[in-house]
Amino acid sequence: MPLAATPEPSAMIEVRALAKSFTLHTQGGTVLSVMQDAQLRVAPGECVGLTGASGAGKSTLMRMIWGNYLASCGSIRVGTVDVARADPRAILALRRSTLGYVSQFLRVVPRVPTLDVVAEPLLTLGRPEEFARAAAAALLSRLNIPERLWQLSPTTFSGGEQQRVNIARGFIHPWPALLLDEPTASLDAGNREIVLTLIEEAKRMGQAILGIFHDAAARTRVCDRLVDVTAFTPGIAA
Amino acid sequence: MNAQMPPPLLTVRDLTRTYGSRIGCAEVSFDLYHGEVLGIVGESGSGKSTLLSCLAGHLPPDSGRVVWDGTTDVLALPEAARRRLMRTEWAFVHQNPRDGLRMGVTAGGNVGERLMGAGARHFGQIRAQATDWLERVEIDPDRIDDRPRAFSGGMQQRLQIARNLVTGPRLVFMDEPTGGLDVSVQARLLDLLRGLVRRMGLSVIIVTHDLAVVRLLADRLMVMKSGRVVEQGLTDQVLDDPQHAYTQLLVSSVLQV
Repeated sequence: MPLAATPEPSAMIEVRALAKSFTLHTQGGTVLSVMQDAQLRVAPGECVGLTGASGAGKSTLMRMIWGNYLASCGSIRVGTVDVARADPRAILALRRSTLGYVSQFLRVVPRVPTLDVVAEPLLTLGRPEEFARAAAAALLSRLNIPERLWQLSPTTFSGGEQQRVNIARGFIHPWPALLLDEPTASLDAGNREIVLTLIEEAKRMGQAILGIFHDAAARTRVCDRLVDVTAFTPGIAA
Repeated sequence: MNAQMPPPLLTVRDLTRTYGSRIGCAEVSFDLYHGEVLGIVGESGSGKSTLLSCLAGHLPPDSGRVVWDGTTDVLALPEAARRRLMRTEWAFVHQNPRDGLRMGVTAGGNVGERLMGAGARHFGQIRAQATDWLERVEIDPDRIDDRPRAFSGGMQQRLQIARNLVTGPRLVFMDEPTGGLDVSVQARLLDLLRGLVRRMGLSVIIVTHDLAVVRLLADRLMVMKSGRVVEQGLTDQVLDDPQHAYTQLLVSSVLQV
């Protein structure tokens, strides 16, 4: 999915001078400054890993790129959209076609069959139902979710199964920009290998991937570069 | 992300309705686009139902503008034209199915009546369409001649949705549509609504106090307090990173599931 021509090889995700603070009105208006001057670039075909201790702001940065956390200042360009300034409609359009996200949580309407949960991103893009279901079935098979479970809601599944359903949903469309939050966290060795292969294939297809991996070996294998978010964490005294 | 954007389906500007000295809703403005689901949340008395009634034409606002499809000034329409709009292009799903159904008329009659109100006259076609819609909302067509009184609450609500959607409206107003239902029935209704929105390209304005419902259904969210909109934005942004003191209180008061 080529972007409008630009003179230099353009990053798919580009974060500049990004800052974030939370104002806690329920706690006397306390202002928590959690990030300042964050910088980041992810090129097509590249996987960049976010590192830093728990609480350093990896997930916060990822949520700001996804758009469910507001930026206090700075810019977050994904493709041609600045998520920090875009209106909700532009962000929804970006999420439909360009930006994918595998979060740690599976949030679905209860009782909807797993096959439909995985197929949904393609249906939202207007793909025919048969095509979407076939693609979902192929990914679920590949991720070792037994066919007898496909017509059941994933809300009843184990943690590892739910995570694989989330991953199937995240890989069913080749989003030019893809965010992965701990994609291998609760997987056994065999399924972990499959997910790492999916990531490698996505890179070859030119997807720009930003990931959080606590699994050091996985990080070493799929990440081309690491960005330590501790560099963006303001001093405690702030 | 094409620059060529159609006009909003509904444009609302400075809509205000007072009850004597008390504010119902004040200076509410927003745009709703084709295929978009807008959630309106707030506690009881926040003005969300007053706003919905003003938008849907059930209650005249004191001031403000409502523009339909880029050109029609809804509040200036003659009564007959406004009723026609409400019968054909708009629909209203009430919290209590009894307010939106005729309880003494059969299920098929409830669906057919709205078609006839929109001009249909051929009995066979009306019945065929009614049957089709009962199936779409997962009511056994064998029950077409039963009265809604004999239906469960969830079935009555699905019948109300069939009655409203059979004329192919473009905008649906919903007032707490999952309100009085068991959670398992709510889930089925949510799934049904999501499918209908996607397949029919419906635009929906849904009023609820249930944040879990809007998270799963709404693209955008408006938060109301004391008749005014205190915050609006992308649904997951408003819920995950609320900016206004009232929204923070609302979100932090919800039991986690």
